[in-house]
Amino acid sequence: MGSKFKTWGPGLLLISPSLVLLAVFVYGFIAISFRESITDKHSAAQATGRADVNLVGFENYAALLSSEAFQHSLRNLFVFTAVFLLGTLLMGFSWAWVMDRPLKGEGVFRSVYLFPMAVSFVASGVVWKWLLNSNQGEQASGLNRLFQMLGLDFLQNPWWTHPTYGILAIALPAIWQLSGYVMALFLAGFRGIPDELREAARVDGATELQLYRHVVFPQLSPVALSALIIIGHMSLKSFDLIMSIANQSTYSTKVPAIDMYNYATVYDYANSAAVGIILLVLVALAVVPYLWYDARSRKEGR
Amino acid sequence: MTTVSAEPRARKVLDPSSGAAARRRGGWRAVRYTILIVSLIVVLIPVYVLFVTSFKGMGDATPSRTWFFPQNWTGENWAEAWAALSPSLLRTFAMVIPAAVLSALLGSMNGFVLSRWRFPHANPIFTLILFGMFIPYQAVMIPLVQLLIDLEVPNGIPSLILLHVIYGIPICTLIFRNYYETVPMELIESARVDGAGLLRTFFSVVLPISIPSFVVVLLWQFTSAWNDFLFAVFFSTANNGPVTIALNNLANGAMLSNYGVSMAGALIASLPTLLVYILLGRYFVGGLMAGAVKG
Repeated sequence: MGSKFKTWGPGLLLISPSLVLLAVFVYGFIAISFRESITDKHSAAQATGRADVNLVGFENYAALLSSEAFQHSLRNLFVFTAVFLLGTLLMGFSWAWVMDRPLKGEGVFRSVYLFPMAVSFVASGVVWKWLLNSNQGEQASGLNRLFQMLGLDFLQNPWWTHPTYGILAIALPAIWQLSGYVMALFLAGFRGIPDELREAARVDGATELQLYRHVVFPQLSPVALSALIIIGHMSLKSFDLIMSIANQSTYSTKVPAIDMYNYATVYDYANSAAVGIILLVLVALAVVPYLWYDARSRKEGR
Repeated sequence: MTTVSAEPRARKVLDPSSGAAARRRGGWRAVRYTILIVSLIVVLIPVYVLFVTSFKGMGDATPSRTWFFPQNWTGENWAEAWAALSPSLLRTFAMVIPAAVLSALLGSMNGFVLSRWRFPHANPIFTLILFGMFIPYQAVMIPLVQLLIDLEVPNGIPSLILLHVIYGIPICTLIFRNYYETVPMELIESARVDGAGLLRTFFSVVLPISIPSFVVVLLWQFTSAWNDFLFAVFFSTANNGPVTIALNNLANGAMLSNYGVSMAGALIASLPTLLVYILLGRYFVGGLMAGAVKG
């Protein structure tokens, strides 16, 4: 026992600061958030300890999930996530496919497609707010003006101010910002496929199209899964871009992360925490199976 | 596409340099370039708008001129944006540098112990750490707000450094762990045989060969802390917070926002991370990939 401790004791010493911090700030605080979410802490007086707080069970969750406003947020979140995923996967995959075989000037294209990833959502929100200006006709600017100049007047639309589909306009900048990232993932996937595999298929008489369909694409499914998880969990947490373009008080583009912020600013900590926990559950539904699968493949890889 | 599959397949295999195949490749190459160039233009449209608008004066404010170059190029917007953002830029550097260095150090220690030191239950511990990378911070925000008030950690940069270090640990651990997995076990074992303990092995054998990973991790942490808005909006104000808050305030706070000034501000706020991307893009991409490619 003593000698065993000698080998892993110092290791524990080295990682214990991180373990303690994460145990408290991730797992501990999730527990406290949950505890807050089952109380009636809806006022500043309660938040600062000047009034009593009572446990109310899942009342806040029930009220949230049955309220029209929160259902609207959830619906927005799912629509946004679906379009965001579809857009980034489609763009990223197409770019990577087009660049699969080496091409002159490829580096330039790759760098340009990827650069939006280095910029904050707040900064890109500034320009996208301008591009997605809802004015039409004489007063049009941004993309609506560009459509007029190109003779595509019928494409003019109110963008993010549309009461039902406003959230779709927010997906545009999100797709602009992350398609390059998905491209980089797929490109690594394409390049990771051994040349022998392609050669073997060619010798067997496969056309280029058949080669891709039956040999290359199936090899890319782990990459596609990674991209799906990464973009999906980012999408569920979307906050910055909406704040920057539409700000927190716009109903048409509201998502749970915005609700969470709005509840917190009026000291409704119970509802704020409840929305946070709902988001966590949504993310965990996607991420936990992925992490489990990852851990298993790591074990088998050894 | 149809022309590609319609070609007799035998010819392709037997004589790839035949005229038809060469023409077909030429046609396909033209299609590829067309797709790439059109995409390039679309991706760069926002950059064009940012740049052009940031140099426009009031005379160019009419909607009909929005897509054209300024009639008179002026630096006024840049001067105004700089005046509004420069104090927060300094604060952002003061926040990002310690946050990146501390989380990188913690990440390298974790990555080493969990990959090369035969630590018991290293795999489940690693998975538990990784989960911290994916959680929506909304799920820990209320306790954080309460804790930082209770501990009297000053709002603004000190709070934010603490948060970026802690919540940066998972991704840093992941990147370092993936890197150390490629370090031959013999290197570690031989140091051990020579009588070096864990600390000696780590500091004299492992750290010196970790420079490339440190660059990747530092750039990644620099960029993500620089661009963070969520923690910033909860734990700072325009007067004591980082540049994202100041920029948002500049663009959305005033009654009448001037697009020229906000766009100059957006460019100023993005310059440090863009420079990092342009100068050290290879390492930056390394960080991106580490975020997705499993260990």
